[in-house]
Amino acid sequence: MTPLPLTAYTATSCLGVGLAAHRAALHGNQSGLRPCAFETVNLPTWVGEVAGVDDHPLPAALARYECRNNRLALLALRADGFEERLRAAVARHGAQRVGVFIGTSTSGILQTELAYRERDPATGALPASFDYAATHNPYGVAELLREHLGITGMATTISTACSSSAKVFAAAARQIELGTLDAALVGGVDSLCLTTLYGFASLELTSKEPCRPSDVDRDGISIGEGAAYALLERADGAAPDAVWLLGTGESSDAYHMSAPHPEGLGAQMAMQAALRSASLGADAIDYINLHGTATPANDSAEGKAVANVFGQRVPCSSTKGATGHTLGAAGALEAVVCAIALVDGFVPGSVGTHTLDPAIPLNVQMQSATLPVRRALSNSFGFGGSNCSLMLGVGA
Amino acid sequence: MPDWPSARAVLRGEQAWVSAPSVLPAPSILPPAERRRASRVIKLALGIGLEAAQGADVSTLATVFSASGADGHNCHALCEQLATDDRHISPTRFHNSVHNAPAGYWGIATRAMAPCQVLCAFDGSFGAGLLDTLAQVVLDQQSTLLLAYDSEYPEPLFATRPVPDCAGIALRLEPQPSPQALARITAWTTDGPAPAWHNDTLEPLRAAIPAMRALPVMERLARGEHGEVCLDYLSGQQLAVRLDPPV
Repeated sequence: MTPLPLTAYTATSCLGVGLAAHRAALHGNQSGLRPCAFETVNLPTWVGEVAGVDDHPLPAALARYECRNNRLALLALRADGFEERLRAAVARHGAQRVGVFIGTSTSGILQTELAYRERDPATGALPASFDYAATHNPYGVAELLREHLGITGMATTISTACSSSAKVFAAAARQIELGTLDAALVGGVDSLCLTTLYGFASLELTSKEPCRPSDVDRDGISIGEGAAYALLERADGAAPDAVWLLGTGESSDAYHMSAPHPEGLGAQMAMQAALRSASLGADAIDYINLHGTATPANDSAEGKAVANVFGQRVPCSSTKGATGHTLGAAGALEAVVCAIALVDGFVPGSVGTHTLDPAIPLNVQMQSATLPVRRALSNSFGFGGSNCSLMLGVGA
Repeated sequence: MPDWPSARAVLRGEQAWVSAPSVLPAPSILPPAERRRASRVIKLALGIGLEAAQGADVSTLATVFSASGADGHNCHALCEQLATDDRHISPTRFHNSVHNAPAGYWGIATRAMAPCQVLCAFDGSFGAGLLDTLAQVVLDQQSTLLLAYDSEYPEPLFATRPVPDCAGIALRLEPQPSPQALARITAWTTDGPAPAWHNDTLEPLRAAIPAMRALPVMERLARGEHGEVCLDYLSGQQLAVRLDPPV
């Protein structure tokens, strides 16, 4: 693909709102995970909850979109001056020439879960205030951002479970390359809700402790929430030190709804496609941000896949021990983690990993370390066997 | 309209359209365990996809799934359960709740490991799917199957999202013309208005089910007519679609 600069980016997770909070936590090997105290949830698990989301109601003009997911979407948009950069890009290119591509797995389904508790006892009807299109529907968050920012270009939500907001980079890059758009807001937004917390618990995939990616004693995920965005633009006038999207690779496992291919075949195909798309060899990669959910099956399959494509040399880490698994937002959040690693020249540690599983033949970086990072790969794999790898780079 | 030959006959005006609940094909291509778990929307997606893929090696096709919602019945059952004191939800219900469940079952059924996209743009989902499909065909020179479909919600969600039935369309788009090709397709976004569709019989279907926003294109394909149509897409933006004779 033709490389595209990320002319602005930002992230919000349990580590905090904005890049500075993420930088500090990633350099300092800190975790934002806490015992789950979300809503009325009663589960023995840890979560990555963003503090104060509900303290930020939406502006009156956007009241119909009111729900936790959309509050998180706008809270994150305001960080790091990202919203101003985006508005400037809309003014520069024209509202029709900017697209919106948002990855989410659950959108505002929490709002529907709450509405079901308030059903009319006689008729079963949902409360009149419930707005399906603006809150529950996966596209609600994309339309909220489009309306808020005055964007009239093409827009879509991508919802492929936990690869959703990696795939938005690929979809947006295609439209820019074709000339449909000059710029795109890409990102992911996913918030805590009962469906995912109780759902992953029903699959016995949630850990009772903070998650331990690639650890010999790993026993499941810590669910998180977050929102991360990037502005992709045509290369004209990009700063020399910009972070670039160099390649994208997508594949399908064609294996199982909720378990990865045991040998990581689909994951390998996605990584190889990202290398081809970026016209790079495996030896050009300095850091891999693993999908690294900390379930026994995922980390084992990903370990085999990464080792088959890259051998054991490349420093790898999963940052889900710091942020939790932010599901549909994970791809964009971890792309921003890679951008920070590229700009700062460091490899984030794998927080929560104490004893590396000897069956995972990778160079897992336990603590953050200063290392030159010019090319970074970010892996995102989701339910239904949906895989996406992004290649990011800095400098020539 | 259970298949393309019936739909084509109706769209050509050779056969009357009788409104009747959709009859969905049994997903015989799925392994038994997945077949038991397949919901209506999964049966629908497999049915339209396999019909449109006829003549191609289905395991090599890239796919774009575009749906305005996921499985409404499953979503209702989950939300109902989570509103009670017993929140132990079924693992199958949970993994079937993801928007990409039909895509996952499609992969299991067809062994297709090619890229798979799953989009939602509410009532504009067909347009979003068509734009991404065309981009993949043009840039990656990859044969790509577009599946646009919707499923009904039961009450009480139906009152807020009145999609009445399962329905979908699928198109196989190829980078090069083949003897099977019906037309050469081009699409672009426009802020011009989408004119009313002069098919009084099927207009209620087009208006009620987002995937059926594609019916004006399907009508031209059925009749072998070429030219431009403008489809409803997003607020403030429509989608122009041009059909030319295949080269």
